[in-house]
Amino acid sequence: MLAEGLDTLIRALAEDGFQVVGPTIDQQAIVYGEIKATSDLPRGWTDLQEAGTYRLQRREDEAYFGYVVGSHSWKKYLFPPVTLVASADLGENGWRMQTPEPDPVKYAFLGVRACELAAIRIQDQVFLGGPFVDPTYEARRSRAFIVAVNCTQAAPTCFCTSMNTGPRCDSDFDLALTETSSGFLIEIGTDAGQVIAALLPVRPANSTEIDQAEIARQRAADQITRRLDTDGLRDLLMNNLRHPHWEEIAQRCLSCTNCTMVCPTCFCSSVSEVPDLTGEHVDRERHWDSCFNLDFSNMNGSPTRNSISSRYRQWMTHKLATWHDQFGSSGCVGCGRCITWCPVGIDLTREVVALRDTTGNDLSRLSDSNAESAEANR
Amino acid sequence: MSKPFFASESASSNDTATTTRRPRPRPRLAVFKFASCDGCQLSLLDCENELLAVAEAVEIAWFPEASSRLQPGPYDIALVEGSITTPHDAQRILEVRRSARIVVTIGACATAGGIQSLKNWADHEDYLRCVYARPEYISTLATSTPIADHIKVDYELRGCPISRHQLLDVVGALVKGQRPRLPSHSVCLDCKRKGTVCIEVAQGIPCLGPVTHSGCGAICPTYDRGCYGCFGPVSQSNCLSLTDRYLAMGTSTETLLPLLRNFNAAAPEFRDASNRIEAMTIRTETSSEARHE
Repeated sequence: MLAEGLDTLIRALAEDGFQVVGPTIDQQAIVYGEIKATSDLPRGWTDLQEAGTYRLQRREDEAYFGYVVGSHSWKKYLFPPVTLVASADLGENGWRMQTPEPDPVKYAFLGVRACELAAIRIQDQVFLGGPFVDPTYEARRSRAFIVAVNCTQAAPTCFCTSMNTGPRCDSDFDLALTETSSGFLIEIGTDAGQVIAALLPVRPANSTEIDQAEIARQRAADQITRRLDTDGLRDLLMNNLRHPHWEEIAQRCLSCTNCTMVCPTCFCSSVSEVPDLTGEHVDRERHWDSCFNLDFSNMNGSPTRNSISSRYRQWMTHKLATWHDQFGSSGCVGCGRCITWCPVGIDLTREVVALRDTTGNDLSRLSDSNAESAEANR
Repeated sequence: MSKPFFASESASSNDTATTTRRPRPRPRLAVFKFASCDGCQLSLLDCENELLAVAEAVEIAWFPEASSRLQPGPYDIALVEGSITTPHDAQRILEVRRSARIVVTIGACATAGGIQSLKNWADHEDYLRCVYARPEYISTLATSTPIADHIKVDYELRGCPISRHQLLDVVGALVKGQRPRLPSHSVCLDCKRKGTVCIEVAQGIPCLGPVTHSGCGAICPTYDRGCYGCFGPVSQSNCLSLTDRYLAMGTSTETLLPLLRNFNAAAPEFRDASNRIEAMTIRTETSSEARHE
């Protein structure tokens, strides 16, 4: 398909009742927003990322999908930041509870990366896989149409190859595109994808085009330098809950919640009752929340995780260790967002290395030196 | 045991008129001002659409900013604006505490000492001589301190000024006898919920959002301006790490010092962080002077 076909795709999805959302430039970043035409796409732009830094930059070519990932993830559509769970009104016969019907919005996601497909699979498991199905997520997820776009470049923060989540989009898409200098190679993943593909100006790809796409995808894989050694990682973390390195991280960690907010799999929320001034109407709202928020572990009047080190440890051990026990996989997809969007550039892959390197050494010595430095700080 | 300062017989006679109309007496609200600009009190009057509902929900018994009809205590809810800067106010706040069942401090002055706490770093006698023709008539304390340094405070509403939505929320909850919702997370969480891209990471703008208490709705970062911490520090804020990061990014101490030392200058976390930055500035100046010589 030639690049002009993209507009046909966007139009076809819109005519099918989908709200098309995809990458666009806003707030000096590539974010996900409403896409009405290819002119909304970040054509000719890319993102430079490293720990704690993100910058937009012009590309030398006019690629539509020549960037990696931004701070937004698709989770904001499937698991909205604020959801009205229920409301109640006080009438003559007492309180009447209402549960709102899920918003019937149909999203078409344009530009889903392989790591993001993996993240959606993980959130499917969280919200749909257990005995309690989340109605908001289910309504949005079951109606969603996914146009995946294979990565043709990687950022220094990417480590999907360590997590076996990319960079190639293998499954769980309706359509998958690979952008090359001559246009787009399309793979069809589902019957729904087939129906849309039939409306597009496409022809069977020749072997040169298939090779070109393979080279483009391989470029992304070759650019990935960051690594997270997952070998024995669960036990490494769980056997080192008192490792002094947690305190060292806490010297840098702001506990600001940014990593959990940008993480495409983090799913924590809190629910609160929001009354109006009359006291006769109450909304029950669910908000994104975070294990880094001191209030989040507040029980019986005091926080259970009353230090930054305990909160960072909670996040990392859940993400990389106990997630396996709870959901049967790692909670990390290697997208690198938590590294890029940490205001002080904390890099979980390096923290794991630090934990690994110092484990098995004389831990009592480390504990002593930690106690000494704590003493010195006082 | 002293009598409650504002208790008087006339309060009950005035209540009778309202009681015949309403089966439940409305909670009595008082608004007190200490050293402040009145902006937070005005937030209550700014609740234009909701003001009648507020007046229905509570009996506004003492609010000199809004009404000359002042009724003595005791009060159910006292909103306290401003910091303590004079010996007289240090006494008056004790009387407020005695007169009110629930004390809610409103704004950066009341919760942290306000912009006037900049005098904590100076000699207040110097200011008196500069400003007043007859400084001997002025009785003032050397420092500006938050209300909670003087009395037990039940709830704190941060901000310069406070968020009127939060004020309504808190008054609404207290009227119904509920515990008010006062989220205490960082500004970052609000930015992310709104979909605001981090201006520090994407644009390199120094922003106090990661160490600042929520409540404003993350207004400044939404408009490409770094948070300047007007809601004060979040609990367990790591100002040391954040300021180290900004220094490493090349942010000057001249930028960082006023960022930390403004409306919440005397909040302990911001105070300590700004003192550290100031010490660096002084060290730098001293060494450059030494080089110059």
